[in-house]
Amino acid sequence: MSKPTSQPTGTGGQKYDATKRARANEWNIFAALVAIVIVFEVLNRVNGTSFLFNLRDNVPGLFNQQRLDIMILQVAITGIIALGVTQVIILGGIDLSSGSLVGATAMITMSFAQTALVNGNPNPKAVFGPEWMDLPVIIPIVVGLACGIFAGLINGMLVAYTKIPPFIATLGMMVSARGASRWWSNGTPVSFPTETYATVSNGDLLGTLTFGLLHWDGQNPAVVFVALAVLFQVIMIYTLYGKHTYAIGSNEAAARMSGINVDRHKVLVYTIAGMLAGVSAVLLTSKNLTAQAGMGMMYELDAIAMAVIGGVSLSGGRGSIVGTVLGAAIFSVIISGFTSIKLDAYYQEMVKGAIIVGAVILDQWRQKNRTRG
Amino acid sequence: MSDIILETRGLTKHYGGVQALDDANFILHAGEHVAVVGDNGAGKSTFVRQITAVEQRTAGQIFFDGKEVSHAGPLAAREAGIETVFQTLALADDLDVPSNLFLGREIFKFRLGPFSWLDRKAMRDRTMEALKTTAVKIPNVDNPIRNMSGGQRQCVAIARTAAFASKLVIMDEPTAALGVQETAQVENIIRGLKERGIPMVLVSHNLRQVFDLVDRIVVFRRGRIVASLKRDETDGNDIVSYITGVKGSADGAYA
Repeated sequence: MSKPTSQPTGTGGQKYDATKRARANEWNIFAALVAIVIVFEVLNRVNGTSFLFNLRDNVPGLFNQQRLDIMILQVAITGIIALGVTQVIILGGIDLSSGSLVGATAMITMSFAQTALVNGNPNPKAVFGPEWMDLPVIIPIVVGLACGIFAGLINGMLVAYTKIPPFIATLGMMVSARGASRWWSNGTPVSFPTETYATVSNGDLLGTLTFGLLHWDGQNPAVVFVALAVLFQVIMIYTLYGKHTYAIGSNEAAARMSGINVDRHKVLVYTIAGMLAGVSAVLLTSKNLTAQAGMGMMYELDAIAMAVIGGVSLSGGRGSIVGTVLGAAIFSVIISGFTSIKLDAYYQEMVKGAIIVGAVILDQWRQKNRTRG
Repeated sequence: MSDIILETRGLTKHYGGVQALDDANFILHAGEHVAVVGDNGAGKSTFVRQITAVEQRTAGQIFFDGKEVSHAGPLAAREAGIETVFQTLALADDLDVPSNLFLGREIFKFRLGPFSWLDRKAMRDRTMEALKTTAVKIPNVDNPIRNMSGGQRQCVAIARTAAFASKLVIMDEPTAALGVQETAQVENIIRGLKERGIPMVLVSHNLRQVFDLVDRIVVFRRGRIVASLKRDETDGNDIVSYITGVKGSADGAYA
């Protein structure tokens, strides 16, 4: 009577295939990326052009470098934000403020990156006096990260301790941060950074970071994006931080009951998302050499779209950083693809909206099919 | 008496004007398995929620392991050694079995605050061990438990409780939603606890199960304990008459 039976567990009439490991979604998303690229290549070939390749004889190179550069830049700048947004969504929250944070952080950061003299004349866009100009490059970078961290901290505390829905908390931050970016310099752009600040995005960053071991004159934001993506993929899989993020997004009550400090963890995740928006702002201003109050407009939705396309579930608990990276690539390919087939910008916006909705529908459909085989 | 693991004296809980639990005096001895039975709303779950500190009692005392205790919450109770399987499963559906078993008590390779490095192999190995001692069969522990049947998920929840059980296990209707075979499996886990000498309070509606598993049966009716009967000295009809109020006045009975 007290001996455990050796029968296998019953499954209550549910079909359950023991060998069917819930396979990573990421391969499907990668396949979709390849398929979309092929579709645009074909559509372009019909018109005698190419999506990926360089068909012009007077320009060297196998690929259409101009288009690739635009795509890579977009993936990197918005993708860095999406890395943070992904973690927030996996946590079961949402972050609508990231785009506005880029705007506000860009304005403030750029103000600390200005150079005193432009072609021998005083900086026409000066925000501070000359004693606050020509600062070492580390100062605007630290200021940028600090701005992002500060705003993310507020987001996190609002969500964790006032218990208001993340949608509302970050919506408030979205509006306030946009207001702050307009207030900062009365709506005028902040321009003319120091030369060293410009090299953050445009110089040989890889060479600086590796003390001259490696050199690359390509897109620095892409280097930073890839490095951050690898870092957070590892963190999400191998550390307590990742485990708890998935656990809270999966079942917050269970996480709480298991002794996880849910509130503190939420603050941490939102803070990291804010910091990543700060990183993005630094790279963007360094790339464009100017900051405007409208910078980062709608980036929050692009970032959410990237995550959702990449298989991150808006109901929390599911998704991955790798998925978001692939989602970012798909998103960027679609936008560039529409440009390449000369689709109007208006249509692009409309299609963007449809993609977001479509990705969520797909996610819910997947969810329904996945639950209990 | 040092062999008393859990004792409540005059435990009382009001919800507003409703007296859900009234003057419950209960004793659980070391190694003893006790079933708590009663009709819906008789106070069984309320009783359990006071012991596990999910709710705070209105009045009365709880003695656990020789000391009077007043746990601030379920977590404090768990840390003190009271492991509970809740009626609503406390599992994270998107995590695999080891992650669920070790949720909130992870094993690390090295510690670095929130970025502490998980020792996934150790957790997996100990999960397999725990599943083996509790005789739970899960085909693939690396799957998110979302993909598993209700019974398998319940087994994971119970294995989690059983694996970490140190002083007392409380199960609130552990087989309520399970099929026949799954119920048998859960009952095997409970027998395993008995063999290991871990005391248990089982809340159940299933009298057949109660008579199969426990040493003593405590009957709740209208928020009060109306009977405490040794399994060998009673039978189903007897219990039912206490549950329905045919037998036993609602006062004076001690558990």
